[in-house]
Amino acid sequence: MTLSDHLPVLQVIVPLLAAPLVILLRNGFLAWLASLLTSLCALGLGSQLTATVLAHGPQHYHVGGWAPPFGISLSVDAFSALLVLLISGASCLALAGGRLSLRRDIDNRRAPMFYGAWLIAVAGLSGIAVAGDAFNVFVFMEISSLATYILIAGGRDRRALSAVFKYLIIGTIGATFYLIGVGFIYMMTGTLNFDDMAVRLEGVIETRPVVIAAGFITIGLALKAAIFPLHVWLPRAYTYAPNAVTVFIAACSTKVALYVLLRFNFAVFHGNLLGHSELFSAFVIPLALSGILIASLVAVYQTNLKKLLAFSSVAQVGYIALAAGLTSASGLLAAMLHMFNHALAKGSLFLCVAAFALVSGDTSLKRLQGIGRRMPWTMGAFVIAGLSLIGVPGTAGFISKWYLIVAALEFGQVGFLLVAAIVVSSLMAVAYLWHFVEGAYYGTPPAGESSPMEVSLPLRCLIWVAALSNIFFGLFPQLPLALARSGTSALLQGGLY
Amino acid sequence: MITSLLIGIFLLSLLVVTALAIVRASDLFSAVMLSGIYSLLMALNFFLLDAADVALTEAAVGAGVATVLQLAALRMAPATEARHRRARGLAVAVVVVSTLLMIYASFGQPTLGDPQAPPQQHVAPWYIEKTPELVDIPNIVSAVLASFRGYDTLGEVFVVLTAGIGVMFLLGGGRGKPFRGLDSQGEDGLQEHLILKVVARILIPFILLFGFFIQFHGEYSPGGGFQAGALLVAGLILYALIRGERRALAVIPPRVLLWLSAGGAFLYGSVGVAGMLLGGEFLNYSVLASDSIAGQHLGILVIELGVGMTVTGVLLSIFHAFAARD
Repeated sequence: MTLSDHLPVLQVIVPLLAAPLVILLRNGFLAWLASLLTSLCALGLGSQLTATVLAHGPQHYHVGGWAPPFGISLSVDAFSALLVLLISGASCLALAGGRLSLRRDIDNRRAPMFYGAWLIAVAGLSGIAVAGDAFNVFVFMEISSLATYILIAGGRDRRALSAVFKYLIIGTIGATFYLIGVGFIYMMTGTLNFDDMAVRLEGVIETRPVVIAAGFITIGLALKAAIFPLHVWLPRAYTYAPNAVTVFIAACSTKVALYVLLRFNFAVFHGNLLGHSELFSAFVIPLALSGILIASLVAVYQTNLKKLLAFSSVAQVGYIALAAGLTSASGLLAAMLHMFNHALAKGSLFLCVAAFALVSGDTSLKRLQGIGRRMPWTMGAFVIAGLSLIGVPGTAGFISKWYLIVAALEFGQVGFLLVAAIVVSSLMAVAYLWHFVEGAYYGTPPAGESSPMEVSLPLRCLIWVAALSNIFFGLFPQLPLALARSGTSALLQGGLY
Repeated sequence: MITSLLIGIFLLSLLVVTALAIVRASDLFSAVMLSGIYSLLMALNFFLLDAADVALTEAAVGAGVATVLQLAALRMAPATEARHRRARGLAVAVVVVSTLLMIYASFGQPTLGDPQAPPQQHVAPWYIEKTPELVDIPNIVSAVLASFRGYDTLGEVFVVLTAGIGVMFLLGGGRGKPFRGLDSQGEDGLQEHLILKVVARILIPFILLFGFFIQFHGEYSPGGGFQAGALLVAGLILYALIRGERRALAVIPPRVLLWLSAGGAFLYGSVGVAGMLLGGEFLNYSVLASDSIAGQHLGILVIELGVGMTVTGVLLSIFHAFAARD
């Protein structure tokens, strides 16, 4: 076998096996450097894998040399590749941009443990993205969740601990629901492999365990994906996590849960359960709509920038869920595009927040008054990423909102209502971002802190690269579009092999 | 048939009663003891279902080590639970609804032990038929866990490692406090308790020996790295309780435990990488030796060793992390 045949598994095991080595280091800087290099390596592998998938179609890998359904297979289609890019990219961005911020939050002694957990989180999330086996997804969900809890608990604020405890309990309930569902399906089909499951479910559709399993799996994953009103863990977890950790998890962790949700619902249940699509729409669309509107409204009244952006994330997860809930090809396309574009925007925004916090020490809107005049470069990047979050033409956010509106209009009678909700919530996004931007440019800085004080040049450059990527993918959306198109058709055809 | 049915009903009812008692208990000590009993009952249930491997793990980890760890954690907490009733209603509703749904689903499920049930018809016969030919070890469960689904087991080892990292990160004396060792009370352990001391002295070598047996005999009988690690840890914790924390740490220092934890997980992964370098897939043991059966045996032996190392290292680290704080 050549190296390129191993790409799917390398994506997981490179960060996974680097982790035990990193925790043996005694120096925080070295641990950080090793994690950054490993993440860059994962990003390189991910790009290679993406290129292979786009050129040659879905890739399969039989771990241990055992063919499915007896062994565990990895299946990578364009949708998985998109996720892999998001995960490794977000990790690189957060580690490279978060060096100073992390050095403040994590003391040198404990840093190797922290970066080990970071790499395990990267490996766990990537493991879910490339998995072709329902139980394997659960195993990597456990890995990534545990590691994410550790990362969030690293926050200097003691409230991080209570936030992470809540996340732990809710996350565990979500994972358990998923496992119960997989157990029921195994009971009725005798298989754990996604593609085999899709085939063997045909014989047992409409049996009680399968119907109940679909419910447990959908709700369990909705909990993990923070679909409104199951988002209660998210705002506090994002707010009290170390700033660099927020950059990483806000860009990719809920998306991975959404990915599994879509994979299960479209590749496994969609063709097998009568009326499943209608039920899925009826369940997801109202929740997504209320999430979009209510979370946006709540965001307007926040007094902490991180919490404001966290509520915005709940609303954005709503957009993705809404697009998926339309259960059409164009809806799925919009959902995948928005996963990519929202990760770009949120990653950039939280990176700017991490930079603000380095200067002001705090992320409350009060402390950030006048920060725009003190840090013009970072603030400029924030505004660009913010425009993408709102969906202004010329930015990446516009592309996915456009596709979302097109998909909503195809949905029939209620399409116009959906579009109205999207427009209203975009206006709310203007409102909540303006709430901060206005104070940042025109507010009076706290006493004695009015001198200009930018972060270091390399960090500024990185922030601008992240912000400009929002413009780049707005003007040249070919890559995410190609991935989303190919991912949609693979998902709707059902089987990958 | 009818006897095992009655025993099953009896044990499952006890399980429910114990679970309710845990929820009701406001004294944390009794909650911990009850959860030990819960694990023991669970182990019996697994045993009745002929899942000897799982039963052994549950007994060793759930009833044994987990209880000790929880007791160690209790030293940092107040004796009784803080009362807050706010979210009780919602929690009860979630539990009731999901239980009812599962009961509803169970009416459609195949009868327990039905040979025509889908799980018995699809992959299971293949495992039974092919294990002697492809892996050639008597314990098919070990073959599935270590080879056919070895990637999942690698994942579980990393779950254990991550748990260890979490505890060491959060409790590892990070907040500027140096590692203090133990207070004077724990210094000499339970030295004065003559009976405990004598019994433990007799027991410890046998527990350790049995642990090693389980480790290296996993291919032939129920067992493997997870169970062996838990048993070894049980023996070593007993030593720590009897002879005191400091002596136990002198026998195996924290840094060694860290190397053991990280090394085990890395060893497991390296076996997989070796398979790739020798021209197979990740975790393909068949290419490890000239003969594919010999390769499988070698691969399983080494990865089980890795599992045992990580489980031992992590569980002991967690114990020391809790025991070292007050």
